[in-house]
Amino acid sequence: MIRVTELSKSFGEIKAVDKISFEVKEGEVLGFLGPNGAGKSTTMKMITSFISPSGGDATVFGKSILSEPIEVRKKIGYMPENAPLYDDMTVDEFLHYTAQLRGLEKKGQVKAVEKVIEMCALKDVQFQTIETLSKGYKRRTSMAQALIHDPQVLILDEPTDGLDPNQKHDVRTLIKSLAKDKCVILSTHILEEVEAVCTRAIIISSGKKLFDGEASELKEKSSLGRIDDVFRAITTGQEVQGVSL
Amino acid sequence: MMSHSVKTILKKELKSYFTTPLGYVFSIIFLFSIGYVTFESGRGSFFVLRQADLSSFFRYIPWLFLLLVPAVSMRLWAEERKSGTIELLLTLPVTVREAVLGKFLASWAFIGFNLLCTFPIVLTVAYLGQPDYLVILIGYLGSFLLGGAYLAIGCFFSALTKNQVISFICTVVFCYLLTMAGSPPILEFLSTFLHRYFLDLFESLSMIHHFETMGRGVMRVGDLWFFAVIILAWLYGCEAILDEKKAS
Repeated sequence: MIRVTELSKSFGEIKAVDKISFEVKEGEVLGFLGPNGAGKSTTMKMITSFISPSGGDATVFGKSILSEPIEVRKKIGYMPENAPLYDDMTVDEFLHYTAQLRGLEKKGQVKAVEKVIEMCALKDVQFQTIETLSKGYKRRTSMAQALIHDPQVLILDEPTDGLDPNQKHDVRTLIKSLAKDKCVILSTHILEEVEAVCTRAIIISSGKKLFDGEASELKEKSSLGRIDDVFRAITTGQEVQGVSL
Repeated sequence: MMSHSVKTILKKELKSYFTTPLGYVFSIIFLFSIGYVTFESGRGSFFVLRQADLSSFFRYIPWLFLLLVPAVSMRLWAEERKSGTIELLLTLPVTVREAVLGKFLASWAFIGFNLLCTFPIVLTVAYLGQPDYLVILIGYLGSFLLGGAYLAIGCFFSALTKNQVISFICTVVFCYLLTMAGSPPILEFLSTFLHRYFLDLFESLSMIHHFETMGRGVMRVGDLWFFAVIILAWLYGCEAILDEKKAS
């Protein structure tokens, strides 16, 4: 389980994340919503201990990001925004490399790589250089490296951004199937995605948490049942289509 | 002694020198140039001096390294930061120190490999006369250490910027300054505003001075310490910079 307490991050004068607190339990898929620049990625980067917070703390299954960052990373599978990858490696080499750095032993590595290639449907491009892959395959390769050690926690930064509708559907199905025994946090600004995969949603804007509840709750706030209107009303603070908060 | 992560990163990085054009371009240019300048036909030429040693070889090593080694080091971190893969690497259970060491050791091993590839020059000298092999060995060790020092400086500047060109230029300039720290023009310039004590200190940092003694086959503990301190200090700086700036 992930527990975030009063996590903050400032870059100079700018408060990117301002005292955010929340919890994610096993089996939950938390949708992290917010306009661009709201602090979604920054929060995720702090939980993965890539950047250190200016204040507050987060624990992942009891391990603190401040005192035991390496232990935290072992428990997390992380897919960064835009899925950066080593372009000159093949998919197979890359996945073996991450498996090795994850500390999997020789036999386990081969099995783990086979498994994630199957899960993320990468069989056709297994021995292709990453440089030559399409965007969809790159995303899936990044997803595969996040899953390689069967982590308890999955953190996905805009996993479906830039994918075509079929690919989006596939990724969502995959996330749902994985969610049973994991904590999943995913950020997105596609609102149908929240309805489709998330059990809970958090909306943040300008670094502050503005909403925390079930996705269905969000929909009920609008008489027209439009999540978009609710999102806009919450993040702009203005009345939108009869929704005001 | 070396942690599992360092070894894994080292292997991956080293392999990349042999699967990308960078490695081949470096090796071809380095080996061709060093072969040419060692046996060039100038006044201090190997064939004029008629001595079976590698003094002309070691005389040119610092200058070739000065241009070529920063080309190897410039991409080490700048590329990771530019492409965002640093976020991938440093959210794996790997510390910054392990990553810095892995990458540095891989590039150093690559430089070492290139030095080993100059063995035909040693064979030539051995064929022509009876060289002192110990002198040659110490000279090679000095070259390897000098390469390491340049690389460590390069690592630092590569971590400092996302731009590989800036990283290259800064490394060349800094390596040049440290190499020539003992030369009259630089010392004269500094003496206009620096106290005598600092001037001596600066002069003692001259890499060429420490390298040349080794090139002549003199091995002093002080020189070994000098290179060890230079390498570790710059790598430590690289680690600190990455801790601070990796996300920006």
